[in-house]
Amino acid sequence: MGQLTTGERDFGAIILIVLAIIGIAMAAAGRSDVLGIHGAMVLVYCLALLFLLLSGAFGTPPSAARLTRYYDDPIKVGVGLTLFWAIFGMFIGVWAAAQLAWPSLNFDTSWASFGRIRPAHTSGVIFGFGGNALITTSFHVVQRTSRARLADQLSPWFVLLGFNLFCLIAISGYFLGVTQSKEYAEAEWYADIWLVIVWVTYFVLYVRTLARRKEPHIYVANWYYMAFIIVVAILHIVNNLAVPLSFAHAKSYTIWAGVQDSMVQWWYGHNAVAFFLTAGFLAMLYYYLPKRAERPIFSYRLSILSFWGITFFYMWAGSHHLHYTALPHWVQNLGMTFSVMLLVPSWASAGNALLTLNGAWHKVRDDATLRFMMMAAFFYGLSTFEGSFMAIRPVNALSHYTDWTVGHVHAGALGWVAMITFGSLYTLVPAIWKRERMHSAILVEVHFWLALAGTLIYVFAMWNSGIIQGLMWRTYSPDNTLVYSFVDTLLAMYPYYIARAFGGLLFLIGAIVAAYNIWMTVRTPAAATLALDDDSPGDERQISGATPTPAE
Amino acid sequence: MALTHETLLEGAKLWGLFYLMGFSICVLIYTFLPSNRERFERAEREIFDEDDGPWK
Ligand code: HEM
Ligand code: HEM
Repeated sequence: MGQLTTGERDFGAIILIVLAIIGIAMAAAGRSDVLGIHGAMVLVYCLALLFLLLSGAFGTPPSAARLTRYYDDPIKVGVGLTLFWAIFGMFIGVWAAAQLAWPSLNFDTSWASFGRIRPAHTSGVIFGFGGNALITTSFHVVQRTSRARLADQLSPWFVLLGFNLFCLIAISGYFLGVTQSKEYAEAEWYADIWLVIVWVTYFVLYVRTLARRKEPHIYVANWYYMAFIIVVAILHIVNNLAVPLSFAHAKSYTIWAGVQDSMVQWWYGHNAVAFFLTAGFLAMLYYYLPKRAERPIFSYRLSILSFWGITFFYMWAGSHHLHYTALPHWVQNLGMTFSVMLLVPSWASAGNALLTLNGAWHKVRDDATLRFMMMAAFFYGLSTFEGSFMAIRPVNALSHYTDWTVGHVHAGALGWVAMITFGSLYTLVPAIWKRERMHSAILVEVHFWLALAGTLIYVFAMWNSGIIQGLMWRTYSPDNTLVYSFVDTLLAMYPYYIARAFGGLLFLIGAIVAAYNIWMTVRTPAAATLALDDDSPGDERQISGATPTPAE
Repeated sequence: MALTHETLLEGAKLWGLFYLMGFSICVLIYTFLPSNRERFERAEREIFDEDDGPWK
């Protein structure tokens, strides 16, 4: 925050004081209700930030020269937050996985019961890890591709720290037992309102920065980030329309009823997959992959076509989560059709990424960072193929309610989302901190193999377990009775649950290795000889400004 | 006009299809318009430019 001007500091302090007062009001109104506890948390959070803000207030004022450089301070903090939430969320994931194998790991407490730590895991990884990664990289990509500094210095902090306040409130709430009972939108009304404010600020900041760009054309990665920002705002608002019991209660009731509620929820849910877990990460792919490979994207036009394909088709696919329900048949068919069509733009993106690497396979072999991105594209192709397949109603009859879905989710989440994030972080960290390379290339290599082994073990365990489960549930005896009881299926799952927990543990260890490596990279001072103005890593950087070879 | 299930059905089954087709055509035109070729090719290369600082 060292670069904030006096005016920005004052304004920041006012925001924090107003928020602290709201925190006090929440605490007073809510009292012993969770709302009261959250009020106290808001207060402490704001006071801590206020302290940080004011303790730097009497230093030397920032020099005007800062405006000739990119504004990377929030990005640096964002990298740390991303890693923190990665480790937290995945730790809870491993814990949840272990509970499914050994249920006594809830220690007979309510706060650690599976129903509470499960949303803590999903929100921790999706919003905490994924969200912070998206915000952080978007600040980097928008500045570099627009050749413009972020439009101001206060709103990036507001977005980043405000978003993390949302994550804190949401996740602590689940442990305390509040939930809206909507998957991936469990947080209660006050947290939702806060997220809207943060998100609108994010949108405005992004557009203002883009408006300062040098080239008239906006690089395609920014389109994906914009789609992510806009659509998430719309989804979030519509799905979370709710009426609280009173302003003194955390509990609220949704305004949607019956099957409309289900449809709104899964329109939200699937587009959360599309625009939270896909669009923004495709933006990373379209920037960091060509950067790292030092080759332009295989076909820019294809990236535009797949952009519109993905944004348009995904919108209509949500009803595949509601096959065989009270939802009208034609709506289910619509979702199914669009899901199958979705394979085309999805594979176009995955293919575009892999073809970009075609001709640079020696780099993929030598550079684990690039390999992360290649595997991510591969798993993206795999999970979208699987998704389109599972969306077909008769296939869904087998897969729905089983671990197959969980396998699909983590092929996407570990193989695609997490791998592209780590690949991007390994490219971003040396660039932002002006280091020649990561502290240890060997640790990146170790991380890669841990992540790949973890993902494969996880996904194969769940595929096996899911299909066995699905088949056992539908096995009839000759006289038309079910052959297996539910408990029989649980016993059959047991070894797979242990395998999954182990695979997840490997993945978690990989994330810890990454955090250590990044920490060491940041701590080691930049070599003095490095007048690095270039953003790409040192050893493979092209000297003398040679233009990279085109992919075609 | 009352917003009934039938209206929605018609909207989805008929106009939705036209919307999809019209939209696809617009996207195809934009992508393959010869005058856009230059922009796209520049955009593809721009990200490799060496100097690391905002332009204004
Ligand atoms: C260390 C690695 C991880 C482990 C061990 C793990 C474990 C789990 C477990 C045990 C569940 C509950 C499954 C059930 O209810 O049967 C779950 C659900 C889920 N996890 Fe993970 N997870 C990990 C990483 C991630 C990451 C990185 C993401 C996202 C970026 C993610 C996203 C999800 C989602 C979206 C669900 C809900 C799935 C559904 O409703 O079908 N997980 N995870
Ligand atoms: C073409 C692309 C995709 C299609 C058509 C698709 C389709 C599906 C289908 C049919 C289901 C099962 C619904 C059910 O039976 O309840 C599902 C679940 C899920 N998918 Fe995908 N998928 C796609 C890509 C992805 C990707 C790339 C990710 C993650 C990064 C992902 C994350 C999820 C999650 C989190 C769920 C679990 C939802 C729940 O909690 O029940 N999907 N998807």
